[in-house]
Amino acid sequence: MRRTRRSDEAKTRRSGSTGFFILILMLVAGLNVDDIQAQIAVRGEVIYTMAGDPIEDGVVVITDGRIAAVGPSDAVAIPDGHRVMEAAVITPGLIDARSTVGLTGIYNIPHDQDHIERSSPMQPELRAIDAYNVREKLVEYTRSYGITTVHTGHAPGELISGQTMVVKLRGNTVEEALLQEAAAIAATFGPGAHRSGSSPGTRGKTMAMIRQELIRAQEYQRGRAEADEDADAEEEGRAEDDAAIDEHGEDVDASPRSRGGRNLRMEALGRVLDGELPLLITAHRAQDIASALRLAREFDIRIWLDGAAEAYLLTEEIKAAQVPVLLHAPMVRAVGERQNLSFETAARLRDAGIPVAIQSGYEGYVPKVRIVLFEAAIAAAHGLGISGALETITIEAARILGIDDRVGSIEVGKDGDLALYSGDPFEYTTHCVGVIIDGEVVSDEPR
Amino acid sequence: MRCKTLCPAAAVVALAAVGWGLVAGAATADEPAARAFVNAHIIPIEGEEIERGVMIVRDGRIEAIGHVDELAVPRDAQRVDLAGRILMPGLICTHSHIGGIGGADQSGPIQPDVRVYDSINVRDSGFRRAVAGGLTTLNIMSGSGHLLSGQTVYVKLRRAETIDDLLIHDEDGWIMGGMKMANGTNPIRDRASFPGSRARAAALMRQFFIKAQEYRDRVARAEEDESKRPARDIGMDAMIEVLDGRRIVHFHTHRHDDIMTVLRLAEEFDFRVVLHHVSDGWAVADEIAAAGVPSSIILIDAPGGKLEAKHLILETAGIMEKAGAQIAFHTDDYITDSRLFFRMAALGVRGGMSREGALRALTINGAKMMDLEDRIGSLEPGKDADFIVLDGDPLSVYTKVLETWIEGERVFDRSDEKDHLHAVGGYGAGYDQMPYFCCFQQYMSALIQQQTGGQQ
Repeated sequence: MRRTRRSDEAKTRRSGSTGFFILILMLVAGLNVDDIQAQIAVRGEVIYTMAGDPIEDGVVVITDGRIAAVGPSDAVAIPDGHRVMEAAVITPGLIDARSTVGLTGIYNIPHDQDHIERSSPMQPELRAIDAYNVREKLVEYTRSYGITTVHTGHAPGELISGQTMVVKLRGNTVEEALLQEAAAIAATFGPGAHRSGSSPGTRGKTMAMIRQELIRAQEYQRGRAEADEDADAEEEGRAEDDAAIDEHGEDVDASPRSRGGRNLRMEALGRVLDGELPLLITAHRAQDIASALRLAREFDIRIWLDGAAEAYLLTEEIKAAQVPVLLHAPMVRAVGERQNLSFETAARLRDAGIPVAIQSGYEGYVPKVRIVLFEAAIAAAHGLGISGALETITIEAARILGIDDRVGSIEVGKDGDLALYSGDPFEYTTHCVGVIIDGEVVSDEPR
Repeated sequence: MRCKTLCPAAAVVALAAVGWGLVAGAATADEPAARAFVNAHIIPIEGEEIERGVMIVRDGRIEAIGHVDELAVPRDAQRVDLAGRILMPGLICTHSHIGGIGGADQSGPIQPDVRVYDSINVRDSGFRRAVAGGLTTLNIMSGSGHLLSGQTVYVKLRRAETIDDLLIHDEDGWIMGGMKMANGTNPIRDRASFPGSRARAAALMRQFFIKAQEYRDRVARAEEDESKRPARDIGMDAMIEVLDGRRIVHFHTHRHDDIMTVLRLAEEFDFRVVLHHVSDGWAVADEIAAAGVPSSIILIDAPGGKLEAKHLILETAGIMEKAGAQIAFHTDDYITDSRLFFRMAALGVRGGMSREGALRALTINGAKMMDLEDRIGSLEPGKDADFIVLDGDPLSVYTKVLETWIEGERVFDRSDEKDHLHAVGGYGAGYDQMPYFCCFQQYMSALIQQQTGGQQ
């Protein structure tokens, strides 16, 4: 949505129309005053642009919500009418590669927990946009540390828990916050998906269930395609579909040539089969990671590994499969299937040439949300260093998520998303002193 | 007892352990009579930092400490050159759950008879992670799902075969520990005999303390007339230790009104208490300081996760420090990882606490809350040689604990392959038993499910 508005705006500017016309267009498009006034320049002792070496004593200029200039302060002029801010260190707005914030709320009571649906083990049709609370306190809290973009959505905990999306941590509605309405479909392998009832109880059953479901989705796709061909040849207005859907939405008649109606569940998996969306597979044990890679081969689908506590055991296989890793929060509790997690995994994956982004993940208790800045700090101290760790929460995360045309680095033309710090962003005692999204200062209280 | 072939072997191991325990600290063929740690940047906690310091350790204790130019190294001491690294006391955690603990069960809300040390698995990897984090002394406790969940135990993280190797005895041979209590929502349960509200919780506790006072008085009277001695109640015996001030109450409490309830209870029944967690401490900092009650606090990365912690802020430590309250930090391991205990203090500084206060809150202040300040918590002559070596500023994320020593013995060495595995993690690093946290399953079951799929 924003993308459309922006391109309208850009076209308008290119066409040289009058300011009055721009204003009218913006009002019509629903932009608020902040967008119009998003003229900011930030001076930094060090600017980590994530596109080349850090710039010492630099300036970033944001005009109309986008980065208009970046460079050494003696080479970049600050235009008139720009608010000027200063900080010791400037980074791109940070990206959390995998969270559930906004679906999970601060109170941790049923009323504010929409990250998981227990009625059925496979529900890929559940959209994150239908569950995201833009006013959730933890969204604002997360943002106050410099995180501006989050890949959030349904949590691990069911075989297929639902969809994820990418949002900016701003906006009055989810539509205003959206970068991607669907980013991936979340699946869980291993004991995290083993539950009573219709959920799998073992690893073997887990794989049997998801393979069968993907095969059904393939057959559904074929059935729809063939039915469409048939429909072209036949008259409209045939009998209503007779698809059998039980009370849980299970056992849909997806047989080929059925004239069944649209099935959201099958359509969602179809997006995975088509390569449009990756399957985001939470897998911690090496055997579960291997199962994920095997599934990807069988169905020729894109996957992202999520969590992946033991990924360091399978670096060659992951690398060969060209699968990126959205790595667990390094400080997540090292128990259960994550008992062998390592603070050094991010560095080991990076060194193996595997794209890796660090996530805050899902938490069932305290802290209800993790801050990915803090999490990347542990990786910075265990082999990644400052720039390497920043990559995992900026440009590398953006590349994996497919949003690097908009965010993830400080480059001319990208969104005006910045995080300002009083020193090394990863030091425990440093403060985040400012957060800017699309040129709007959304936080300037030291954190 | 099932004996057959195993028992003789066990006996040999036990004898060896006892023998080892007796000679520990004494000079052996390999062990030097004393060690001198020279060229250390010493942060003694009590007293000024010494940039080029030397510390002499003999028989498990600190013999002397001073500047390299002023303190001579004894002839019989082995020199250990620390090359400018930081030397400071071992860290003290006033609230830990490592060891796969299982204290009070679901049978009732008040269980003073239960000793957590009857449940601790010393082979749990949590112990190895704790020494990797620079911890040397812990208060291990039951969870907080009861009004009173039993006796806690203070332990030194020595190399151990059994829990007995970890115990700390006072001069009378008494096994040192506290008593765990809790208020707020954790002990409130929809279950007979458990409270259903805060007021009911307080009433139950007050009635119980009155009962304990009466038991104590009957026991006291029986000193003159043995026939008046009440039937022995091991829970009430422990409560006498509470009422006598020997056993400190460690009281889980988050919300500001719950904190005030603890202060009220402690005043009414005159027991010694340490407030634990204290999420709303910022709101009643002056009241806590005025009561002279110490606080062991935890700083969590975000507020919420449970209703009582929804107002938790990193600024609490600084606000309480400025109000004049005595503060220690704790890991609440496995809530936070013992390897990252320094981080807690650093977050306190981020939230406005002084650096000096934050370091005291990891060391001497915790010792005071366990009546151990004469033995541990600072580097001073006569104290136990419990110390750690760091490669940088204690409050920096990049700093690593290189070595941990307890009573003159090195229990963690980062350059050792196995120790390194526990310090950073990796395959084979984790072999923990899940702790048993009774009575707030609405959170814990979700947590356990998330982590293990319910398979413990």
